[in-house]
Amino acid sequence: MRLIMTKRPPLSGWIQVLLPIGAILVTLVLSAIPILFAGGELWLSFYSLFKGALGTRYNLLETFTHAAPLTFTGLAVAFAFRAKFWNIGAEGQLLAGAIAAAWVGINAPPLPAFVLIFLICLAGFLAGGAWATIPAFLKNKLKVDDVVSSLLLNYVMWHIMGFLLFGPMQMPGSSWPRSAAIAQAAHFPVLLSRSRFHLGILLAAIAVLVVWFINSKTELGFQSRAVGANARAAAFGGINVNSVIFKTALISGGLAGMAGVGEVAGIHFHLLMDISPGFGYSGIVIAMLGRLHPVGTALSAFFFSTVIVGAQSMSRMTGVPTYIADVIQAMALLVMLIALLFTEYRIRVVRD
Amino acid sequence: MSVISPKKPVVEMHSITKTFLDVVANNNVDLRLYEGEICALLGENGAGKTTLMNILFGYYTADSGQILVRGEKVAFSSPHDAIENGVGMVHQHFSLVPSQTVLENIVVGSFRGKFFLDTAAAKRKLLELQNRFGLHVDPDAFVWTLPVGSQQKVEILKALYRDASILILDEPTAVLAPLETKELFATLRTFAAEGRSVVFISHKLNEVMEISDRVVVLARGKVVAERKTSETSEKELANLMVGHELTKQPYSPSRKTGAPLLQVSGLTVKNDKGVVAVKDLSLTLHAGEITALAGVSGNGQKELAEVLFGFRELLQGSVMIGDQPLPFGSPKAAIESGIGRIPEDRMTTGLILDLTVEENLALENHTKFKKGWTIDYRALRRHAEKLIEDFSIKTAGPGAIARTLSGGNLQKIILARVLSASPRIIVAAQPTRGLDVGAAEYVHRRILEARDAGSAVLLISEDLDEIFMLSDRIAVMFEGVIMGMVGRREASIEQISLWMSGVKEKCA
Ligand SMILES: Nc1ncnc2c1ncn2[C@@H]1O[C@H](COP(=O)(O)OP(=O)(O)O)[C@@H](O)[C@H]1O
Ligand SMILES: [Mg+2]
Repeated sequence: MRLIMTKRPPLSGWIQVLLPIGAILVTLVLSAIPILFAGGELWLSFYSLFKGALGTRYNLLETFTHAAPLTFTGLAVAFAFRAKFWNIGAEGQLLAGAIAAAWVGINAPPLPAFVLIFLICLAGFLAGGAWATIPAFLKNKLKVDDVVSSLLLNYVMWHIMGFLLFGPMQMPGSSWPRSAAIAQAAHFPVLLSRSRFHLGILLAAIAVLVVWFINSKTELGFQSRAVGANARAAAFGGINVNSVIFKTALISGGLAGMAGVGEVAGIHFHLLMDISPGFGYSGIVIAMLGRLHPVGTALSAFFFSTVIVGAQSMSRMTGVPTYIADVIQAMALLVMLIALLFTEYRIRVVRD
Repeated sequence: MSVISPKKPVVEMHSITKTFLDVVANNNVDLRLYEGEICALLGENGAGKTTLMNILFGYYTADSGQILVRGEKVAFSSPHDAIENGVGMVHQHFSLVPSQTVLENIVVGSFRGKFFLDTAAAKRKLLELQNRFGLHVDPDAFVWTLPVGSQQKVEILKALYRDASILILDEPTAVLAPLETKELFATLRTFAAEGRSVVFISHKLNEVMEISDRVVVLARGKVVAERKTSETSEKELANLMVGHELTKQPYSPSRKTGAPLLQVSGLTVKNDKGVVAVKDLSLTLHAGEITALAGVSGNGQKELAEVLFGFRELLQGSVMIGDQPLPFGSPKAAIESGIGRIPEDRMTTGLILDLTVEENLALENHTKFKKGWTIDYRALRRHAEKLIEDFSIKTAGPGAIARTLSGGNLQKIILARVLSASPRIIVAAQPTRGLDVGAAEYVHRRILEARDAGSAVLLISEDLDEIFMLSDRIAVMFEGVIMGMVGRREASIEQISLWMSGVKEKCA
């Protein structure tokens, strides 16, 4: 007995949209299992999850706030994956962006807020982008597998951050791995009163539009789609594949770096070891669930943010640990991958 | 017309038929293999040799037909079953684990049931086999460190280690240097002398003549002839392989041959495996003329074409377009210097099947639609709509994904893309392979039109019908060199097939 997989004709537009929605619904149904295992009462758990994430103005704005870094890392991954540059390193690129933003925010001379904010964004974007070009360079020049190199660089950057926070960037007089505060002028303004809804959320929304524009209107978008679909044919067709991978890495890493900028300048105002609870890794799941489309990615980031923020109130109400949020994320990825397998391939069982 | 043999058949394949979608790869094939013989399976690319042997090896299941091994009916459902029955096969693409040692690769899968592997005993057995068959490879070397020739030895040892009494080799000499080929032949002779049997797949006539006892010729999925090697000649085999008289009328010849547009001189190129595939080759293409490059695939045509497409680096020699040298390592420069590319592997290097028809139509010249950083998709669509109309490409629309089109229409996309750029030079590799008659004729007419408009065309093809219909001059390529060149009117199919099989002499 054998399984034979053949590629199906491409999906129509509607299925592309319905597929992730279906995957989310299936995930929610399946998440009943671990919730029951953890001793949560089912309806109360779901109620408190959604209420906690979307039920009040403050909670809703919190969910938006949490969705911002997830949108950035999701876009970073989606943009890279479209060119089949397997950037698993959004976490490290986020940290690079956070470090650069914090350094500029702490050390810059007194400047008007808008100049300073522009500078920390630029620094964070470039730092994340530069960090992502390392695996691109290794892939282009030495054929090093990008999955492995981009993943391992996450740990390198985490340790660099540790070195900085226990050393040169540590807040004077503190024994915690924590930097000094960034200048007041570098803080992202809060856009809606009585909340943490900061400039970074607006920037994430703009990034969605920019990525959409790059993908569907620019030469780079055309070329990266071609390289992702068939690099060999793209090369024969006159496209400089290495250069496309390099530019893609730069933008991808830059987007991840912006997630770090937002966390430093919009939330913590210091650089901390736990500046990211794994936003970079969640970005992979988010991009997959969003079908690598920028709008899909933003929506899926919002869904994940709902789960993460909601899980905290669910935990308070029902005692189900907040780790449930991680379980749901992992399940969403698996459900989505299985759904893709069945929609992109026709699978037959052959008895012979 | 079976050749009577006094020996016992070890394998009998009866009326084997195998279809892939709409391709009949094997059509009612009968094949017998006798004890102690080396049987050559000869045929052009796509004749169905690999498929037939994959069926014997349990890799594919035949749609219909019977297989008997040593008189017993068998139905192998996997290579594992075949190996248990003493059938071993060395594929064109090896299935070794590069990160493991030679010994590990050989032993893997052959000690099931036992929990521990007795390494010392395995090594003894291996060394004994190596000495017996002259297959020397260091058992502890990692496979990735070995050259291809040695990797092939490992594959053969793998089969011998499992006591194969029937050994199938799929174009084994394609990856070997001449000296290695001699070694391989010695091994095969020892093997056969022990009363075991070999199927040797090849399309090289000289090798078949040298190593085999019997030759079975396959063409278009059928057995067309069977000969004792001692009773045939390269010339006869060449004719059998190509297998037919020319049926179609040639198109009108070139009216006016113009200036030389492309000059290749002293070109030497290596293939992906690092073996020299094109040797000191010189060729000139003239405006308004179609030069055909005949020859069995795998004789360096692909590498030559890739150099002309600007993709492959060359070792020596030069390519001049007019009086400008062609820059290498830049397909873009090749396109810009006026080379139109109709590649042989249209699905993998010609088109991007997951992109739309319009994007594929603009793949090589999308920079023409640039407006600053953006691409003017509206102009791109107008361009696509015009080409779809001009070349009557059957598609749901310019936005349809290319994968949804039929083979003939995919080739029309390439044709439209190339011809709309009015290239001075067109390199068309196997332009009608796999197309139906109507689509093939369309492609031919378009190529002729381009020639009459003054383009120089290089037609790389295995199809002699096509070559005799379309070309003005015929050159034949064999093992990286041009064996000879004649005008089409003076050419005879006998002469061309002789050159194709590597015989340099001229027909009377
Ligand atoms: N797995 C497959 N799927 C579809 N078509 C195939 C497959 N394998 C072989 N074919 C087709 O069957 C024919 C015979 O192929 P093959 O046996 O590889 O020929 P050969 O080994 O003589 O060159 C060819 O037309 C080839 O395209
Ligand atoms: Mg073959």
